[in-house]
Amino acid sequence: MQALNIKKGASSQSAYDLRDPYSDVIETHTLAVLVDNESGVLARVIGLFSGRGYNIESLTVAEVDHKGHLSRITVVTRGTPQVIEQIKAQLERMVPVHEVHDLTVEGPAVQRELALFKVVGTGEHRVEALRLADIFRASVVDSTLESFVFEITGTAEKIDAFSELMRPLGLREMARTGVAALSRGA
Amino acid sequence: MTKQMTGAKMVVQALKDQGVEVVFGYPGGAVLPIYDEIFQQNDIRHILVRHEQGAVHMAEGYARSTGKPGVVLVTSGPGATNAVTGITDALMDSIPIVVLTGQVPTFLIGNDAFQEADTVGITRPCTKHNWLVKETDKLADTIHQAFHVATHGRPGPVLIDIPKDVQFATGTYVPPEKARVSHYQPKVKGDRAAIEKLAELMETAERPVFYTGGGVINAGPAAAATLRELVDATGFPITSTLMGLGAYPASGRNWLGMLGMHGLYEANLAMHGCDLMINLGARFDDRITGRVTDFSPQSIKAHVDIDPSSINKVIRVDIPIVGDVGSVLADLLEIWTARGRKANREALATWWGRIDGWKKVNCLAYRGSDKVIKPQYALERLEALTRGTDRYITTEVGQHQMWAAQFLHFDGPNRWMTSGGLGTMGYGLPASIGVQIAHPEALVINVAGEASWLMNMQEMGTAVQFRAPVKQFILNNERLGMVRQWQQLLHGERYSHSWSESLPDFVKLAEAFGCKGIRCDAPADLDDAIREMLAYDGPVIFDCLVEKHENCFPMIPSGKPHNEMLLGEASTEGAIEGVGGALV
Repeated sequence: MQALNIKKGASSQSAYDLRDPYSDVIETHTLAVLVDNESGVLARVIGLFSGRGYNIESLTVAEVDHKGHLSRITVVTRGTPQVIEQIKAQLERMVPVHEVHDLTVEGPAVQRELALFKVVGTGEHRVEALRLADIFRASVVDSTLESFVFEITGTAEKIDAFSELMRPLGLREMARTGVAALSRGA
Repeated sequence: MTKQMTGAKMVVQALKDQGVEVVFGYPGGAVLPIYDEIFQQNDIRHILVRHEQGAVHMAEGYARSTGKPGVVLVTSGPGATNAVTGITDALMDSIPIVVLTGQVPTFLIGNDAFQEADTVGITRPCTKHNWLVKETDKLADTIHQAFHVATHGRPGPVLIDIPKDVQFATGTYVPPEKARVSHYQPKVKGDRAAIEKLAELMETAERPVFYTGGGVINAGPAAAATLRELVDATGFPITSTLMGLGAYPASGRNWLGMLGMHGLYEANLAMHGCDLMINLGARFDDRITGRVTDFSPQSIKAHVDIDPSSINKVIRVDIPIVGDVGSVLADLLEIWTARGRKANREALATWWGRIDGWKKVNCLAYRGSDKVIKPQYALERLEALTRGTDRYITTEVGQHQMWAAQFLHFDGPNRWMTSGGLGTMGYGLPASIGVQIAHPEALVINVAGEASWLMNMQEMGTAVQFRAPVKQFILNNERLGMVRQWQQLLHGERYSHSWSESLPDFVKLAEAFGCKGIRCDAPADLDDAIREMLAYDGPVIFDCLVEKHENCFPMIPSGKPHNEMLLGEASTEGAIEGVGGALV
């Protein structure tokens, strides 16, 4: 099984990568890190971020290759281009790390989060919640006479927008995953 | 043919198969099965230390002076936590160390069992990698992996945590040649095109300088030899960090001396004024760069490092080359020769003229005395009386360390062991024992300050027990000299807790340990006293009472650029202010 199907060095060949590598602008990058699925590996990666003062905006981990004992960590981080380069280099030199891909610069990528929303209410609010869920293509995964649990997938922005709309309609609880991301194309 | 054996036997077998000759360790409950196996064999020598931190520093001294990985064996809990300082030291200075720790049995892990500590958790940030082995079948393979990781790429410490039940249980032994091929295979060969580009820039450079670091030493003696050839072939000046001393001989024609915070005037000004900086295996440490925004403002910078994360971490470079320094140097020399060794001779002569002008400042000059021993004088005499001998030097951390780097000269690699990155007081004495164990016939001297030396003085017991004739050359100023210097320059001369009260009588201490003590407090007696130390066949504690208020110069105060160095007492007034005061 090919766990990470990303063309290497796509950005260095691109005519459109005009980023100033030394700008002081804070950028958000999504990194895909393929690691040995061994005990403590997540602590190692998180420890690197906290120990060196890097940000973690979002983190998703799961085994993606059972036979090869490989897990994929998707981490969204922020920093200047120099810091982002440093994060990648620090990740790459870790012994259990096989590959590091910067999905933000390696060409277009799709990013999705999954979220569950518990919305409690009756009457007009309940109807409105259902109508908005339909618009956002959220599905109902649990229902009682006075509550729904909606499941929604999408970009972080879409889920933020949905949660804003649900708040006045009786949003009681929310559970969100981190970002899962893949590059587009073959 | 698979061999069945206990985990404890496997440890000893794997160490033998990895070519290990010496283990520095301390027994305890969770490693008793391994000690039992060590008892029943004669191939591996075990050096019993007095404190686990000492074991790691000894292994570091052993590793740095031989180029082979050092091995440490300690018990669980306090055994492991005591080793943490040494492990961190080895990480900062890229020293290959394999640490084996005992752990409580697997079924007790997480129970707050007696002498249990989360060793893998505690040492995760201070090792290059670590492992908790939960199955005896995986033990041998893990040990082989550990040696691979410790010695490949940028070297560093690794740790294997072995629960006691895993040591008792029987499993299949895997010899090194049958071990899993690690996916950890750092790039050794540098990018050819980048090296060619560098050679091209070297041909036109008007003010080039080589800036070398510990990476050249780690790359092995061949790398140091190639460096010498390349420096001779180009005629460029060369300076080095604290960690890289000896890679290029101090007696060499092009040698500028050490650079950095207490580096030489000519070395720092050459770095500041160069137009091409060639960094070989150094990492732009903050002791080197001073104020980053003013660091060598006019130069094109090339950086050769085996660790990609060292590149562009502190200083943005123009030509990054990821690879082993030895391999890149060989390629560079080959390309340089093939292109006809075309240095810009005329510009180089002018550049050397400027450098010679800086040398005339004589930045290491100090006010001599015939009444009291100046620490610089003590080191000058030590250098003069030991020059040309088969000599290894270790140091503790502080003023004496910087003076040693300035006044002792190294003509070969692996002869100088000091704690650079972490700055660990208490490093030198155990490190000197590790060096002496590796080189029983050599002269091994630990240049120390009395405060640092006291931090691991218990290891004199190890030196005496194992007949390691290490010479402890203590520059005793009854002060934490470097702290005192900073308090004088930075904290209004308020000497808060920077003097050594209630010091032991070092001569009596030596006698108590069963070795020789020598005290000297007069410049006129110094040569004879040093000769007495060198002539004694056994460990010596030399209490050299020196000037108490001497400051270490030159000095680039924190937060200042290279061209604003302090050269002596007269230049210190108001030297450190503003943001510099907040830096260390």
